[in-house]
Amino acid sequence: MKKEIDSDKAFIRLNNVAKYYEMGESVVKAVDGVSIDIKRGDFVAVMGPSGSGKSTAMNLVGSLDMPTKGHIFLDGEDISSLNESELAQVRGKNIGFIFQQFNLIPTLTVFENVVLPMALQGVPQYEREEKAEKILRRLDLLDRREHYPNQISGGQQQRVAIARALANDPEVILADEPTGNLDTKTGLKVMDFLTELNKEGRTIVFVTHSPELAKKYAHTIYWLKDGKIERVTKERKK
Amino acid sequence: MNYFILAYRNLRKKGIRSYLTLLGICIGIFAVVSLITLSNGLKLAVGSQFGVSSTELITVEGAGNGFGHPGSGQVNPLTQRDLQEIEKLSSVKAAVGRVIVAGKIEFNNKVVFGYATNIPSGKDRDILYQQIEAKTAVGRLLKDSDSGKILLGYNFYANKVGLGREIVPGNKVNIQGRDFEVVGIVEKKGSFIFDNIVFMNERDIESLYGSIEEWDFINVLPRDKKEIDKTKEDIEKLLRRLRDVKVGEEDFTVSTPEASLEQVNSILNAITIFIIIVASISIFVGAIGIINTMTTSVLERRKEIGIMKAIGATNRQIFMQFFIESGVLGLIGGAIGVIFGVVLGYFGIMGINNFIGAEIQPQISIYLIFFALLGSFLIGAIAGILPAMRAAKQNPVEALRG
Repeated sequence: MKKEIDSDKAFIRLNNVAKYYEMGESVVKAVDGVSIDIKRGDFVAVMGPSGSGKSTAMNLVGSLDMPTKGHIFLDGEDISSLNESELAQVRGKNIGFIFQQFNLIPTLTVFENVVLPMALQGVPQYEREEKAEKILRRLDLLDRREHYPNQISGGQQQRVAIARALANDPEVILADEPTGNLDTKTGLKVMDFLTELNKEGRTIVFVTHSPELAKKYAHTIYWLKDGKIERVTKERKK
Repeated sequence: MNYFILAYRNLRKKGIRSYLTLLGICIGIFAVVSLITLSNGLKLAVGSQFGVSSTELITVEGAGNGFGHPGSGQVNPLTQRDLQEIEKLSSVKAAVGRVIVAGKIEFNNKVVFGYATNIPSGKDRDILYQQIEAKTAVGRLLKDSDSGKILLGYNFYANKVGLGREIVPGNKVNIQGRDFEVVGIVEKKGSFIFDNIVFMNERDIESLYGSIEEWDFINVLPRDKKEIDKTKEDIEKLLRRLRDVKVGEEDFTVSTPEASLEQVNSILNAITIFIIIVASISIFVGAIGIINTMTTSVLERRKEIGIMKAIGATNRQIFMQFFIESGVLGLIGGAIGVIFGVVLGYFGIMGINNFIGAEIQPQISIYLIFFALLGSFLIGAIAGILPAMRAAKQNPVEALRG
């Protein structure tokens, strides 16, 4: 099933990808012929007004959604040809998601939320608990480990979400408006942490509608409009 | 990954509405468990009422022929001649005529009404003792030479007949105005009849009630216990001839303990089938309740399913999560049913014991509990298959939108 394609060093490649939704009679072209190459270790912002297709593009990169047309390659592998179970494997092992709404499982504690992705991958209990503890310590959440998501603040919840995203040590972190539900100060802390992860060599892709945030943190910015890439800008960082 | 922990976490957060749907499973399992416990106890109770482990005993009783007009002595009693002729049958080893008479028993300035039965003399005495497995708890059995002496059932000794205190050998008990000396107490039989009766030599009974012309029943010992059914047929043939009745119009009954037990068991089995039908309907309704609860749960937790998929859960893992959760839901209903069923079964047996004076140990079977719990888990899990498939098939992006 795996098609090895010369990726030109592109870690994530979208090759003329389109995603159409049928809404009754009409067809909504959420993403319409997008080609993107993201290098390993890049820090990418996807910018655009609402309805520009940036979240859909993010879902496609994250293998949550299948493209109507085109191919998506992750580390040279064409993930658009995988079945649902294989896609779940890709998500579980290679991608860490961070959402605007934090999306923690409300019935599980902070600790269990971080353990869950590892449990789904069959990591042995001792190993996953040790790892979860290590990650929670790094995010300064150890004293919250037995709390439930509704017992901690939004900033803490987003840190738990980051901890969960790191559980299986993914190379790619996808963040969909990670600061959207946080106050400015807490939001900047989250972005600083993503920067830290990027410096470790992880590829970060985040969706935002804030040009300031994109310009401040991203190395590469894709500007989307009406499902198409309007322009690409490179930001020089110190 | 431990689906049971996940299931427990989710079920803990469920509202009372979800648990109400468990009533069906709960009632069904309750009915099955209590019924089986009770009917096992009842079978034992019925068995013990015969007071005999000797299954070779045939009992002949006089009965109404069903043709006399009401009050015209529906019972056609067994005569001395019936007894003598039965004894002459080649397939009969021995036959003992028995009477049970009612009377006033006085002791310790208290009076109760009770029953007395005859003990024949000679070799018939030994046969009867053997048949009823008579052993004494204290004192001795009656002998041919005894006159004015009695043997008592165990409850007289245990002070359970209402005479205010226990009776021991050597005590004098007044029966129908005459004093009798107690020589012994029969071992506990766990049978209402045997434990509450007064045993008297035939002569003493005749001195109180006049000479015995008719028998209430006749105990027959077959010559060969493997041929017990043939002996039974011989007696039936003989009595039909003696009493001039046709097949199907008998004014007597000839029964073996096995046949009597079978009759009781067949009634119990009919009740069992009825309860099982009711329980099945109840469990079926319960299963539909679980399907309903789980379907609602899948809809309510779409977002959670989306999150699970985003962090790497496969369709199979999502399916298993809901499947196990549904099974655990069934198991909870079943466990509550088992608890109430065992409690009812236990107190039911206690009630029967009290009522008939038996001492049956409630038979609470570990297997019954195990299979009831396993069954309720499976019912829940099976009911959860469709909702779980629905959960597994959710599109992650749509599910994440909630």
